[in-house]
Amino acid sequence: MKRGQETVLKASHLGISFGGLKAVDDFNLEIGESELVGLIGPNGAGKTTVFNLLTGVYQPTEGAFYLCGEKMNGKKPHQVVAAGVARTFQNIRLFKKLTVLENVEVAMNRAAKYSPLAAIFRTPRYWVEEKEMASRAMELLTIVHLENKASYIAENLPYGEQRRLEIARALATGMKLLLLDEPAAGMNPTETAQLLDIINDIRDRFQISVLLIEHDMSLVMKICERIQVIDYGVTIANGTPEEIANNPKVIEAYLGKDDEEEAV
Amino acid sequence: MRMPKKIKRNYILNFVGTVLLFLCLFLVFEANVFGSRTEYFKGIATTACYTIIMVASLNLLVGIMGEFSLGHAGFMSVGAYASAIFTNALAEKSVPSFVLFLLALIVGGLAAAATGVLVGIPTLKLRGDYLAIVTVAFAEIIRVAFTNFQITGGGRVMAGIEKLSNFYWVFWVMVACVTVMYLFIRSRFGRTVRAIREDYIAAEASGVNVTFYKVVTFTVSAFFAGIAGAIYAHYMTAMIPTSFNFMYSAEFLTEVIIGGTGSMTGSVIGAAFLSALPEAMRTFAKYRMLGYSVVLVLIMIFRPGGVFGTWEFSLGRVIDRITGKSKEGRSQS
Repeated sequence: MKRGQETVLKASHLGISFGGLKAVDDFNLEIGESELVGLIGPNGAGKTTVFNLLTGVYQPTEGAFYLCGEKMNGKKPHQVVAAGVARTFQNIRLFKKLTVLENVEVAMNRAAKYSPLAAIFRTPRYWVEEKEMASRAMELLTIVHLENKASYIAENLPYGEQRRLEIARALATGMKLLLLDEPAAGMNPTETAQLLDIINDIRDRFQISVLLIEHDMSLVMKICERIQVIDYGVTIANGTPEEIANNPKVIEAYLGKDDEEEAV
Repeated sequence: MRMPKKIKRNYILNFVGTVLLFLCLFLVFEANVFGSRTEYFKGIATTACYTIIMVASLNLLVGIMGEFSLGHAGFMSVGAYASAIFTNALAEKSVPSFVLFLLALIVGGLAAAATGVLVGIPTLKLRGDYLAIVTVAFAEIIRVAFTNFQITGGGRVMAGIEKLSNFYWVFWVMVACVTVMYLFIRSRFGRTVRAIREDYIAAEASGVNVTFYKVVTFTVSAFFAGIAGAIYAHYMTAMIPTSFNFMYSAEFLTEVIIGGTGSMTGSVIGAAFLSALPEAMRTFAKYRMLGYSVVLVLIMIFRPGGVFGTWEFSLGRVIDRITGKSKEGRSQS
């Protein structure tokens, strides 16, 4: 914990087993305010499972996690979002047939107040709130450089832009902790560089903490302040990018065994 | 902040258009263009109106929420019987018939909505095929229950319901129902429900309480089906539970799919057309279902999204095009 004083996320002894298989075991992590932490590990190490635990998709069978001191165990995904955790997905999950703008607005629904009656009678309140929502959504789209594509149907966007739209949608929930699941997957170097700028921009603007899963080592090494490495559900290393790059255990996990390679 | 000018203009245009349509029908019926068959045509028009409400409300589930319901006639039946029992109870009191009609609609709608909540809460965790089967089962339960309850006629025809549904009232009820559904869809609620249709996992991750919104939509849909049922009861004046059978539900679903899943325009035109068609072709009544299936197969091959897809009609846009003004514009009305 370097930057802020407050602990945003605290996971202690978090674990989950599916039947006899321990997918994640004794997972400990603390993320401070506006800190950027990377979570890496070979394929099948349990990274996405950790994300699913932290977003309420799976319920932990052991341990607990806290957001700003509030215990999150037993909360449903939408309640975890309400508490301040938002995520993107490894395989993009957009509302494909909705417009880019609507995709972002859906995530703002939670904050909108107007009632069904206001919607049916189109009261001034409806127009005010809808307009506010649209302009705020446009702001977020500007951050991810999609402001010119607001009226496009989401599924018609190129791959890299879909990834960025997912980030904008996550931002729209007004979260404190952003979980990015392989945001650079499938991107070319230019797009990755742009993504890097966006992530830094977001952190400066909103003072949010980020937990990042990524396979692109150059990206992870460049932006993460701290990296945690897991393998077979167990944390094997924890430290600054330099420490991790030279950690023999990590090198072994990635390269050590025969032809078990880190593919896409 | 007031409503945008362009949208306001479209609202007014649509309203004027609706009034004109009503006046046309009004004049045609009042002038006795069809002579002795006027009443008959009025009847068809009334049938078309409650079918439109049924199909539009089902479209809310199928097109907007993306879940199939094969038991929509069940909700209609609940609305029909609840409202009929209600008006029978008030028959002796001298309530003005228009007030009684409105009350009957509300009672029918609320009864169906309550059933919607009861059915929705346990079942809406299911998706796709499973939900479709549960809705079939629900409609069957309603049908069997109503054939056995004393209060619903106990399997016999429940007759002597006051004839309250006349075309002129029903037309405006239909307009109100479709408008409310349309405005519901074009609001944050509809947007959320469409998001759930697209990807419920992503919707949850965006802070949407998926189950809540599904139950709400299901209830709203059931409410309007109940209103349609109330119109039906007070138009037919006699009914039997077995007419709200699986085939009737399937017919509504067919009309939704033919009209266009997700398009209110498709629901309105599709339902109006398809409910008038069999009457118009009485002589070929035998071939009606055959014709239906052929049309359905053709549509699935050539226009899988239905005739209108998700396209919505906008009078404002039509006028713009005729007068050669701006072409594009979000069809928000």
